[in-house]
Amino acid sequence: MKKLTNPGKICFIFMSKYVKKITSYIMGKGLENMGCVCGHGKESMEEYLAPLRSILNNYPKEERYLIPILQEAQEEYGYLPKDVLREIANYLELSVTQVYGVVTFYTQFHLQPRGKNVIKVCTGTACHVRGGAEVLQALEKELGITSGGTTEDLSFTLETVACIGACGLAPVIMINDDTHGRLTPDKIPAILDMYREQEDKAAAN
Amino acid sequence: MEATIYRSHVLICTGTGCVSSGSGKIKERMVAELEERGLQKEVKIVDTGCHGFCEKGPIVIVYPEGVFYCQVDVEDVSEIVEEHLLKGRIVERLLYKEPLTEESIPSYNEIDFYKKQMRIALANCGRINPESIHEYIAVGGYEALGKALTEMTPEEVIEEVKKSGLRGRGGAGFPTGLKWELTRREKSDKKYLVCNADEGDPGAFMDRSLLEGDPHRIIEGMAIAAYAIGADEGYIYVRAEYPLAIHRLEVALEQAAELGLLGENILGSGFNFNLHIKKGAGAFVCGEETALMASIEGRRGMPRPKPPFPSVSGLWGKPTNINNVETFANVPYIINNGAEVYSAIGTEKSKGTKVFALTGKINNTGLVEVPMGITLREIIYDIGGGIRDGKELKAVQTGGPSGGCIPADLLDLPIDYESLTEVGAMMGSGGMVVMDESTCMVDVARFFLSFTQSESCGKCTPCREGTKRMLEILDRICAGEGREGDLELLEELGNHIKETSLCQLGGSAPNPVLSTLKYFRAEYEAHIKEKRCPANVCEGMKSAYVIDESVCIGCTACTRVCPVDAISGERKKPHYIDPDVCIACGACAAKCPVSAIAQG
Ligand SMILES: Cc1cc2nc3c(=O)[nH]c(=O)nc-3n(C[C@H](O)[C@H](O)[C@H](O)COP(=O)(O)O)c2cc1C
Ligand code: FES
Repeated sequence: MKKLTNPGKICFIFMSKYVKKITSYIMGKGLENMGCVCGHGKESMEEYLAPLRSILNNYPKEERYLIPILQEAQEEYGYLPKDVLREIANYLELSVTQVYGVVTFYTQFHLQPRGKNVIKVCTGTACHVRGGAEVLQALEKELGITSGGTTEDLSFTLETVACIGACGLAPVIMINDDTHGRLTPDKIPAILDMYREQEDKAAAN
Repeated sequence: MEATIYRSHVLICTGTGCVSSGSGKIKERMVAELEERGLQKEVKIVDTGCHGFCEKGPIVIVYPEGVFYCQVDVEDVSEIVEEHLLKGRIVERLLYKEPLTEESIPSYNEIDFYKKQMRIALANCGRINPESIHEYIAVGGYEALGKALTEMTPEEVIEEVKKSGLRGRGGAGFPTGLKWELTRREKSDKKYLVCNADEGDPGAFMDRSLLEGDPHRIIEGMAIAAYAIGADEGYIYVRAEYPLAIHRLEVALEQAAELGLLGENILGSGFNFNLHIKKGAGAFVCGEETALMASIEGRRGMPRPKPPFPSVSGLWGKPTNINNVETFANVPYIINNGAEVYSAIGTEKSKGTKVFALTGKINNTGLVEVPMGITLREIIYDIGGGIRDGKELKAVQTGGPSGGCIPADLLDLPIDYESLTEVGAMMGSGGMVVMDESTCMVDVARFFLSFTQSESCGKCTPCREGTKRMLEILDRICAGEGREGDLELLEELGNHIKETSLCQLGGSAPNPVLSTLKYFRAEYEAHIKEKRCPANVCEGMKSAYVIDESVCIGCTACTRVCPVDAISGERKKPHYIDPDVCIACGACAAKCPVSAIAQG
């Protein structure tokens, strides 16, 4: 066991069923209820939190920086895991409850993992009167999820926003930082394909 | 700075609207085409902010002629270069055509959309490169700051703004000069200045366009205000949904600091002003000033009771002055041209211009800046080019979720703060959503209420619970289950919520319902008494389609498109739609070759 020095890898290996079986055979007991052997051991946790630490280092320990820190942390981790919140609370000397309260108040923050591509469908007034609802339906159908959901392969998260500020092009959606306007339901598949291709390309590299 | 003198400038819009219509690719192609022909030293490409005419984007303007090309495609670029830039011939087919006369209009200023506008806040939007402070300075930028710092005392600046009659453009219309004076009077070792760029009203995007198109104007306006009230630190609170605006602001702040127009001892006057950007985190209520300040402090953005007003106790308990983006955008003009020039524009109590975001079922959607006192008719027909698809105007919604609906018969209303409030609407941030006969007013009221309901922060009971109850009633009415007495109940609840809510979110949330009840009561009654939605929008009471047997030829086209198999009948014989199964989607009527199908 000692040979496995990369704690991150330990986590990964122990998660696969196959390895679990072998280990449980070796150790003579079921590991099912123990989860990961390293149990997010100290080392792996340190590694996991390293990017957060470098974010925190840029900020003085003042409450006013809570929201910017949360924004940066979410950019780094894709969402706000419990351990990250705890660490931020420790750093700013706030209670975890206080941090949790702020996180749940703002729609921008997420406590669950999110898709690589985040789709925001505008349901604002201008888009509403020009058929935004049908665009949303088309996306839900194409992705097989409802608003607020994330696809199983973590490629897409679908959510609604009140107005993107591109009302002249209504109905509008935003995928990551790109705005797509003058939409009709039949344009949706091609747009999604564009992002799927980008992802495939990124994976190939 | 570059010394080359160019014979032509090609302005390409890089506002959010045109970028999403593909202006990035147009620029790439233009650069390539110019290089190919060796014109890069003769023709300069300028990225600009939004021209306001997003409907017709991407927009390309060629100077010195000022020729306005719209809906330009990548494929059109080589023609513009070949014909216009090389041979001096205007590309006729890319010119704007007036919707009514079909006439091509070559020049920007001749287009009806622009003719009746008066651009003060938006003066530079679309004219200069927003990422270049030199271009801003070249058109007179930062002159007002220089004048204020070197020739005027803070009191004189406040006096000038007071005399101009400028009122807050963030919604409530509070006199700006007076607000500054109140903050100036407070004695404190530290004061803050805040710019409200949270722009939460759905259907409004003027603050976004200003920040994207002319960020230095906002910075200049803020610096002048900071000098007037005695603040040395400021925040711009921008929505995180506006990445381009944030980027342009960051660039602008850096450039201004580099030239010593921000920071310590500005222009050698001894005045210091440091400015920060705060990204919002997505909560509508954070547009409310006390909530916004709580959010800057790192807490949940919940409003608190006033007084104390921010001018007495704002950010971290210090005197704070908070204004909207557009309010600041007017300040340099007032300082440069004097209060008299500004106050000559507008009506008795509302001076200057207002930017409106014209959207919905109108031909020319976009941003328009007009003098106060202009009528709705002029905005909708002269500037907006009338209603889409030749339909009838039904109502105009102004003021976003806090505003109200103005019926078509009040079209000649001159628009200012007072007149809008009088008819039960509101200036708000300037969103103007045009609705035609196919819009159901009950559905619209429900739409706005569900927005405010979900954005209620939950701190006070009338807003948290009251809006929920109102929404339940509206849901019921739209589902065809309205009851006798519902309308009276809505009015009673609405008035109570308005009177007892903690902040203006609750204080204005019932407005869309109350104003539609006032002007479109018959439509509500049709929903309740006849279980009928006259605009045929509300799910659950759309009336089923019926086939006229005397016209039907039995072609079965309708049976094939019906998604719920509601249509039966033999070939070549009249068909029949089962009204209990029909979901009134209209697919059959659209397919019928002999127009035998209509709603019953
Ligand atoms: C629920 C709510 C939302 C608001 N949203 C905004 C907003 O998005 N932008 C804005 O400038 N003002 C908004 N306001 C108004 C501000 O509270 C404040 O009056 C304004 O920023 C003052 O600036 P002004 O005097 O320049 O108008 C909102 C008010 C309420 C009650
Ligand atoms: S309402 Fe959809 S972008 Fe504004």
